[in-house]
Amino acid sequence: MTRRGRRLGLIAAALAVLAAAAFMMLFALRDSIVFFKSPSELGEVKAGIRLRIGGLVKEGSVNRPEPQVATFTITDRANDVKVSYHGALPDLFREGQGVVAEGVLEAPGFLRADTVLAKHDERYMPREVVDALKKQGVWQGGDAVPTAVSPPK
Amino acid sequence: MIVETGHYALVLAFSVALFQTILPLWGVSRRDDGLIGTAVPLALAQFFLVLLSFAALTYAHVASDFSLVNVVENSHSAKPLIYKISGVWGNHEGSMMLWVLILALFGGLAAVCVPAMPQALRAAALGVQASIAAAFLLFILVTSNPFARLDPAPIEGQDLNPILQDPGLAIHPPLLYVGYVGFSIAFSFAIAALIEGRLDAAWARWVRPWVLVAWIFLTLGIAMGSYWAYYTLGWGGFWFWDPVENASLMPWLAGTALLHSIAVMEKRDALKIWTVFLALLAFSLSLLGTFLVRSGVLTSVHAFASDPTRGIFILVILVFFIGGSLGLFAWRAPLLKPGGIFAPVSREGALILNNLFLTVSCATVFVGTLYPLVLESLTGAKISVGAPYYSWTFLPLALPLLALVPIGQSLAWKRGDLLGAAQRLTVAFGCGLGAAVLLLAAVRPGPTLGVLAVGLAIYLIIGAFSEIFSRLRGRGAGGARQWVGRAFGLPRSAWGTALAHAGLGLSVLGLAATGWGVERILPLHPGESVEVGPYQVTLIGLFPRQGPNFHETVARVSLAANGQIFGTLEPSKRQFTVRQMATTEAGIRTLGLGQLYISPGEQNGDGSIDLRLYWKPLVTLIWGGALVMGLGGLLSLSDRRIRLGAARRARNNRRALTPGQPQPAE
Repeated sequence: MTRRGRRLGLIAAALAVLAAAAFMMLFALRDSIVFFKSPSELGEVKAGIRLRIGGLVKEGSVNRPEPQVATFTITDRANDVKVSYHGALPDLFREGQGVVAEGVLEAPGFLRADTVLAKHDERYMPREVVDALKKQGVWQGGDAVPTAVSPPK
Repeated sequence: MIVETGHYALVLAFSVALFQTILPLWGVSRRDDGLIGTAVPLALAQFFLVLLSFAALTYAHVASDFSLVNVVENSHSAKPLIYKISGVWGNHEGSMMLWVLILALFGGLAAVCVPAMPQALRAAALGVQASIAAAFLLFILVTSNPFARLDPAPIEGQDLNPILQDPGLAIHPPLLYVGYVGFSIAFSFAIAALIEGRLDAAWARWVRPWVLVAWIFLTLGIAMGSYWAYYTLGWGGFWFWDPVENASLMPWLAGTALLHSIAVMEKRDALKIWTVFLALLAFSLSLLGTFLVRSGVLTSVHAFASDPTRGIFILVILVFFIGGSLGLFAWRAPLLKPGGIFAPVSREGALILNNLFLTVSCATVFVGTLYPLVLESLTGAKISVGAPYYSWTFLPLALPLLALVPIGQSLAWKRGDLLGAAQRLTVAFGCGLGAAVLLLAAVRPGPTLGVLAVGLAIYLIIGAFSEIFSRLRGRGAGGARQWVGRAFGLPRSAWGTALAHAGLGLSVLGLAATGWGVERILPLHPGESVEVGPYQVTLIGLFPRQGPNFHETVARVSLAANGQIFGTLEPSKRQFTVRQMATTEAGIRTLGLGQLYISPGEQNGDGSIDLRLYWKPLVTLIWGGALVMGLGGLLSLSDRRIRLGAARRARNNRRALTPGQPQPAE
């Protein structure tokens, strides 16, 4: 094979792998991403969609109807979403604190969560939650960060 | 006084770094030996000043000097000594100090090691290295000063985040940073080569050990971080495709590609421009990782509280160095003499495929990590990209790459023999296939991907040694003594390669075995038992206990196999008093290569406690494999042909050769 032929072959192989990878990426990005919404932004969302919802855990809303099951309400002080979660909650899950729940919106205002993220440090709050609360005008603190992860299933 | 000295040393280090950037590079452009000669002493001075400054900060933490904001916010007088020391880098300011310390350390090492290197090349590289140091020192001084005072000083500190009060903090960040920042040397030498306009196999010989060192530490650092997350987060996960983990995976993928391409460059004087590009890419991705973690753009375990000016500052550094280096590359690379070409079926041909798959998989991780950030800044929509994305994109690229590893290893340089390679790999392939079939048919059917991965792992492990085996056998028959003698006679880098590839296989085996894991989540009353895989776990009882700066509720359980009790575990829920924060301490018992993992949850009103119990067969192989990979790297590093001092001898030998002549293959 000539030098030129080899180089072309190499470039063709590289392009083939890149194209396949790009195709997979586009496919995966269409199907496996999850949008984040605050309770107030749920108006236009259809039921049956996978979502992350962030806000504060409403005071007095946490119930444990049976072991391993928790129900609570996420609020951004303007609107609420009820959440049902099967599994162990992260250590820093607490009423009045920031939380992000991921799961399927089964009905308007009701999320069946399979993942609950809480803060990783009591001084900070998930950034998405801060932004959501800022939009509702209830946030007074500075900028914030970390989350802890609860098990996916 | 000590604190002021540390602050002053940091300012001095910044000005020394500025001089170290300007003088040597000016000297190189003017061919002035006096100016070129300043590079080495300035690099050493900069390292000692940063070291002094870091020591002062460490002293303040150990002595609990609560007149420093950094100490107040992250320490407490009751904190155990090891966490007072590791707490130095358990916060934004301190972790940047550690970053710069390691950068200066590498600069200092590059100044004293490798005596045979041309002075101009070394001076230019040290100048580039210093420019990075200057940028980050300025960043620390302007936006993240760890020596800021607090007046009046409080009597007590706010304690370190309890999640960070773990031996992992003492090990994980230093390992990871040596890996991240170690690629700066390859970056600086790549820029220096572009400035000098000269690039040959000798350059690869000088830079290769540095790449290997960085790669070893990055491998160990990532594995350590993964194990830390596994035992501390309380539910047995070890990789989350969290953007910050991706931030360390991307330089690892690019660095692994670089490690392989630089070997081709050294041996065959080919792939030169590509190797330089990878050297720039690996450190650029390290810088990107620093930006992602330290700027506060991400929500993650690793992000400390941060303010937006820091993000913009690091972004400017990032754009300057990545943009500048790629610009220089685009301008200067066409001037470099291209390397030789070679047959597609050869070890170098296989290494090109390795590079192709590694860089493309790196690109998929890059897109998955940055797409949400870009989308949010463009449209405001917030999304998260999770594990499904990576199983669709990263896995399909990783599997063929893994299958290729033993084949590439079995091909000879220059002209490989695919049929011969296939023959050498028959045993490995047969064993892998046999294991998969056996799993499917006889033992315990598991997930298809798991079975496939087990087969692949066995093939990888055995295949890693097939080249060595055939080299031992190839030189005629002989008794055991001759075999041992030949085994010692083989270059250590051959053993290093085999070991590193086998380590990769071990990790894959550990990952594959997750498919056979057992998970039980249920409430247990004291006295009740539960089956977890082959073991029985009984909750003995719950009792409180007092620690140095926390109190905890311990759930004591006994472990039994076939009714025979062989041990107890004490997983607990800790409550840290100062920060009013709870953590979960999982109880872990290693049995063979697997682990029993027990993590307590909520206590229920009826006296029971929610427990998560896992049996994870072969799970320790995931990190053990990384350890073996690191050992393989270390063994290669000790090879006399790769060792740092080797360049001089090699250069003396090279004088006899005409320029451009390929290096003799081994």
